[in-house]
Amino acid sequence: MPEPESQPPTTPPSAPPPPQPPRRASARLLAIAAVIGALALAFAWTAGWLSPQRLTPARLTDAIEGTSPEPFPGFRRAHAKGVCVAGYFEGRTEAAALSKARVLAPVRSPLLGRMSIGGGSPYGLDAQARVRSMALLLRGDDGQEWRMAMNSFPFFAVRSIEAFHAQALAGAPDPATGKPDPARLAAFAQAHPESKAFAEWARSAPWSDSFANTQYNGIHAFRFEDADGGSRMVRWSMRTQTPFVELTPAQRESADPDYLETELQARLAEGPLRWDMVVTIAGPGDDSRDPSTPWPDERDQVVVGTVVIERAEPQATGACRDTNFDPTVVPPGVSLSDDPILAARAAVYAQSFDRRQRERALGLAPRPASAPARENAP
Amino acid sequence: MSRPAHFNATARLLHWGMAAMVLGMLFVGVAMVSSMTLRPMLLSLHRPLGVAILLLAVVRLANRLRHPPPPLPADLPRIQAIAAHVSHWLLYALLFAMPLVGWAMVSAAGNPVVLWPGATLPAIAPQDPAIYSLLRGAHTWLARVLFALVLLHVAAALFHAWVRRDGVFEAMARGAPPVPDRTR
Repeated sequence: MPEPESQPPTTPPSAPPPPQPPRRASARLLAIAAVIGALALAFAWTAGWLSPQRLTPARLTDAIEGTSPEPFPGFRRAHAKGVCVAGYFEGRTEAAALSKARVLAPVRSPLLGRMSIGGGSPYGLDAQARVRSMALLLRGDDGQEWRMAMNSFPFFAVRSIEAFHAQALAGAPDPATGKPDPARLAAFAQAHPESKAFAEWARSAPWSDSFANTQYNGIHAFRFEDADGGSRMVRWSMRTQTPFVELTPAQRESADPDYLETELQARLAEGPLRWDMVVTIAGPGDDSRDPSTPWPDERDQVVVGTVVIERAEPQATGACRDTNFDPTVVPPGVSLSDDPILAARAAVYAQSFDRRQRERALGLAPRPASAPARENAP
Repeated sequence: MSRPAHFNATARLLHWGMAAMVLGMLFVGVAMVSSMTLRPMLLSLHRPLGVAILLLAVVRLANRLRHPPPPLPADLPRIQAIAAHVSHWLLYALLFAMPLVGWAMVSAAGNPVVLWPGATLPAIAPQDPAIYSLLRGAHTWLARVLFALVLLHVAAALFHAWVRRDGVFEAMARGAPPVPDRTR
């Protein structure tokens, strides 16, 4: 406890206070103000209020919002257009050697999910979206949840949060043209050579004609822990069981705006769709922190279970609308790696969720009935 | 009932322990929403710590009702005495409200209320955007009110300790002096 040096050492706590010379009293008041001021400053600094240049989840979310030509209140800030799906996950006995997660046990776990396309617009053109994604919420029979966010690209475009921020800023549409400024995009690519691999994937990877025959990759490393206390770093992918059929450039140009959703509904009317969950086990030297670099092809792979999707419903009214598919929600048997971009997802998804739910609460989001093109669904 | 000059040992232990926890929680809370990479780690601290504070607040309220605190000095100006009473009951209210609002908020988001791997609390609010948004805003604003009250409390405590030197600070800082042993 701090003791002012002028206090008579023999004063008992309950003795009446000796009269204070006014100068000493004001010095003590100053000391109190200094303590309070220091606490308040530390709090403000921790909150980021004193450092407007520091990258925070709010500022990164602002940058992502900036890539959209206009705001879409009530929708996700990224991958705004999608469709809710439901079904189950069935694990395999081989999984127990890798992770004790109950979702991977050979039983059926209920699954809620969302298939979506990249981009900030909920009215984007399905057939022209380079990036597709699958998000899942799985609930094991122990009641523990596992949420996943996976993408059709095989690795992330950049290896740091700062580079992702720079990429979002470079991708903001120029007010004059409504499109990103090519000079800024080129400057970003030059400053971040690691993004060339992604650009090459976007240019050359084949386009499949359905959400169903697309592979979705978890991208980030996680640690799998088995019941015996062993653990290993892994990545996983959902490898489709549906045969590949190309979506030709001509089809991409002429397709209906909601092509992927309509097509998915049509397939599900015929029967469930399946993906194998393939786990890749890290080898020596594989970096768990860098989602922009794929691990070598010869790494051991194990099929640990199957995603089965049985139903789909529009996101405007579906159960996935109010769900944050935060990939850092993992059950016992799975833990996070030290990948900073994985941790940043939790921060930015929470921002996006807070913003869109607030807009929904305030009635700023379009009402489900006014969502376009739903009437066209079969 | 006679009122002692000092808080009892339980009250002092709870006070100083919870002071560290609450101040830590406030900093963890703002760091959690402003950090790009620490959110998962800080969240795994924030939830068990919040529930611990809620449980300790119950024990503390029970102890306070059973063992009245020492009276304020008789010469304390009336306005300061009123401020002391109001701010203390507000602090108590927030010790309960912050964890409960946080728990309800996570429930209304539809997120699992994970305390640590494998330990999940039940939802105490329905999954709903409007309820979530109300609670999310309340959690932030009540935290700011709580931090302001903590600052006021620290300022007042130091004012008692350094300026008035009226024994109020010592009543919480240390126990009663030992009673002389008359049997010897």
